[in-house]
Amino acid sequence: MELQHVNLKLLLGNPDGVDLEALIPIFHDWIQDQTCEEVLVDVTDYRHVHSGPGIVLIGHEGNYSVDNTDGRLGVRYNRKSVLEGNNQDRLAQAAWAALTACQRLEADPRMGRTLRFNGKDVEVLINDRLLVPNTSASREGLDAEFRLFFNGLFGEERYDLTYGDEPRRLLSVAAEALHTFSASDLLNNLCGVLPIETTS
Amino acid sequence: MKASNSRWKEHLSGKMPEVLAQEVDNFEMEIDLRRQGKLDERLFAETRLRRGVYGQRYDNGERHDGKKVQELKYPSGALTKGPNTLWDAPGMQRIKIPGGGLNASQLETLAELAEEYSDGIAHVTTRQDVQLHYVHIDDTPTLMRRLAAARITTREACGNSVRNVTACPYAGVCPDEVFDVTPYSHALARFLLGHPDTQNFGRKFKPSFSGCAQHACAIANMHDLGLIAVTRVENGKEVRGFEMYVGGGLGTVPYQAKPFDSFVPPEELLPLTQAIARVFAKYGEKKNRNRARIKFLVQDLGITKFKELVLEERKKLPTDPRWTDYIETAEQFEEEPLRPPGEPVATASEDFERWRKTNTRPQKQTGYVTVTVTLPLGDITSNQLRGLADIVRRFTKETIRTTVEQNFAIRWVSQSDLLDLYDALRSVGLGEPGAGTIVDITSCPGTDTCKLGISSSRGLAAELRKRLAEKSFEMDEAVQNLHIKISGCFNSCGQHHVADLGFYGVSRKMGGYAVPHFQVVLGGQWDHNGASYGLPVVAIPSKNIPEVVARLTERYVANRENGESFKDYCKRIGKAELKGLLEDLVRPPADPADHSFFSDWGDPREYNLSDLGVGECAGEVVSAIEFDLAAAEREVFEAQLLLEKGNIQQSAKIAYMAMVHAAKALVKLEVADVSDDPDRIISEFTTRFYDTHKFFDPFAGGKFAQYLFAAHKASEEPRTVDSARYLIDEAQLFVDASHSCYNRMSVPVAV
Repeated sequence: MELQHVNLKLLLGNPDGVDLEALIPIFHDWIQDQTCEEVLVDVTDYRHVHSGPGIVLIGHEGNYSVDNTDGRLGVRYNRKSVLEGNNQDRLAQAAWAALTACQRLEADPRMGRTLRFNGKDVEVLINDRLLVPNTSASREGLDAEFRLFFNGLFGEERYDLTYGDEPRRLLSVAAEALHTFSASDLLNNLCGVLPIETTS
Repeated sequence: MKASNSRWKEHLSGKMPEVLAQEVDNFEMEIDLRRQGKLDERLFAETRLRRGVYGQRYDNGERHDGKKVQELKYPSGALTKGPNTLWDAPGMQRIKIPGGGLNASQLETLAELAEEYSDGIAHVTTRQDVQLHYVHIDDTPTLMRRLAAARITTREACGNSVRNVTACPYAGVCPDEVFDVTPYSHALARFLLGHPDTQNFGRKFKPSFSGCAQHACAIANMHDLGLIAVTRVENGKEVRGFEMYVGGGLGTVPYQAKPFDSFVPPEELLPLTQAIARVFAKYGEKKNRNRARIKFLVQDLGITKFKELVLEERKKLPTDPRWTDYIETAEQFEEEPLRPPGEPVATASEDFERWRKTNTRPQKQTGYVTVTVTLPLGDITSNQLRGLADIVRRFTKETIRTTVEQNFAIRWVSQSDLLDLYDALRSVGLGEPGAGTIVDITSCPGTDTCKLGISSSRGLAAELRKRLAEKSFEMDEAVQNLHIKISGCFNSCGQHHVADLGFYGVSRKMGGYAVPHFQVVLGGQWDHNGASYGLPVVAIPSKNIPEVVARLTERYVANRENGESFKDYCKRIGKAELKGLLEDLVRPPADPADHSFFSDWGDPREYNLSDLGVGECAGEVVSAIEFDLAAAEREVFEAQLLLEKGNIQQSAKIAYMAMVHAAKALVKLEVADVSDDPDRIISEFTTRFYDTHKFFDPFAGGKFAQYLFAAHKASEEPRTVDSARYLIDEAQLFVDASHSCYNRMSVPVAV
């Protein structure tokens, strides 16, 4: 089963303390500075919507956001363009993009150190229902793929996995690491699996 | 863009109505042709607009980043989807929802599409449509197929066409209505969709239906065609009809619709509208886009002459059985509740009571209420849409509609279920009170996504919502019931003219800086179908607008007389005094260190106008014949593809029909009601274009016409691979010759 349009979300610690408004000028600066190789287009503010997308940096290849879906605030990368490579490559790319964004945000003084990865919770969603329907067959078929990925991220079997089973929603898997990591730690762990080209 | 795009067609095969499926196939082919450079970008732009595929801000590939104009270097390079509109630039998909009516399955489909193709948000518009933003054009055929499977079409959502037919969201349940206009609005929408007489407009055309004269709900007075339900007694029996109004419209300068007829019986609704369409197509301005709406035609001709022309056209119309077929069961149309009528629940909590007061209204059917679901800025998430689908299934027979105030209305809620429904709404974050009050602010997308946006209407709306929500329940009731509407520019998509407090985006230069402003427009009348328009008073910097609202509402409460409305208050004190009240807010603060006024709400960039683009609301003026010839060209392409797949007979048939359709397109220049029968078409073509030599090529003479005649003669004969290939080549040549013929006919002959 081909995994495309991988979304990866890093849950934040102390979500009530995160200053979402501060993200707006930061994301605008990313566009100004062309912070990454992807084409970054615009910033959109959905703070007024309950458990919504939060603040979104719209890109061509992918969107970055601090997303509050389900009331779980996190740095999210939504891959929109099709990506070459294999499933592990695509999972790694999404993780790399999200972790790099998270690192940047953590370090930006305008966030006042309010934004920090909680160290252990990572969610993966596959944003293509036809490619990967949210069924028990899909979950079973992809379990080994997801475990391989999270083994590389957190260490062999050092996490718990929970699948979202509401069939109307996207296929999702939430990993909770048994120990805490920083964004840098996870980026280092990813280096072993990262494809040479991380954007396409 | 989406990996699964190529699989959806097969996946949905047999699940889409054939007509809708074919439309999407056609559009997909046009996308291919455009990619190959075989379809003119202007024609493609109008084609996609007529499928609701819109451009967005920055789609020329340039964006001011606060310091300089930055180039957005998309992978598709210079490929365009319209003049100055790059292929990969994100666009907007507008989805027509006739009368605002949706069911649970459609809500779920919208949820999926918002997630997979947009940014996870569906936006309800001021015309009961739903819009998805940041959509890639390559995804639009799949998006349309998935909508088609849910029985929704995006056809003619934009462009120079009949736009969404809106209707009162309380039709059928409102205690004040004359009768339920729902089936008539559906009939008109169905009849006009793709109708040949609506393909040659110079601008858009917007109809609406109201169930009564006194409320606002469908704002008939500001529409190109407004219908208001009335009855009269004939031969002792009460019969239904419509007050018909034409030539209303907001735009830069708002016009009130003129009364066309005080009583149009239902059987005349469709033919009269068709006749109006013909007059608009025939006499409406096409070159000067700024004067191409029907309101200008009605004004220039006068309503008497306009009506004369319409009635003349009406007499000439060939009878169409759909005029009566589509409405014959209208009087039997009835929605049903899911649950039995109930008694009002006892007071539960302060929050519930606040919500009940503003968000519910009793229905004419005892024991039921209609619930308004307030959507902040008209936005709703995918999860909320799914939650709403569950709610309407649980409590109703999925009777839910969008409203022009950018909310949802759930009809047929049993009184005894109200608390449970409220709790269910709250659980998905849809339990906000304040529907229809001062905090329920209407706003167009503005500078967030619209190329024409001058100031941030959504940014201002969000700020005002936040400030007003904090104190709205302490406000005087007269203030609570005021309407605020905000447009990002003078084009009035936020309907600011009919608001008590209306604002539209403008720009002013101050101290060498461009500063976002809003023009303050006061005292518009929302009720009585948008009966009158507000007065522009003064332009105020965007960052001072919250103070404008605070000051005006305080003064109104303090100084109004005898319970006068805000409109009457404004009229009484006059424009000069109103302006005087706000004079000190006209300038930004004097502190040179305070640059806050040089950026707009929600946007930290230094404000500038370089991101303004050419709007697509007006579409491209593409005549009906250009569309028809493009369709014939597409059929030739389709025939080639079929031949490649080995489908010889079908490819030959399509190639032949391409020629017939091209011939028909030319004939229609002279005969509006040409038949679809190929024999009739060929006969008319022969008489009007061949015998007259109009079709003759300067060098090839009548050669290409001979291809048509030969193909027609042999249309029933089986073809070989070679003869099918020749036929396709000849079809292309015939279509090319048709283009040339039209071009020759369009060029004025020197005298």
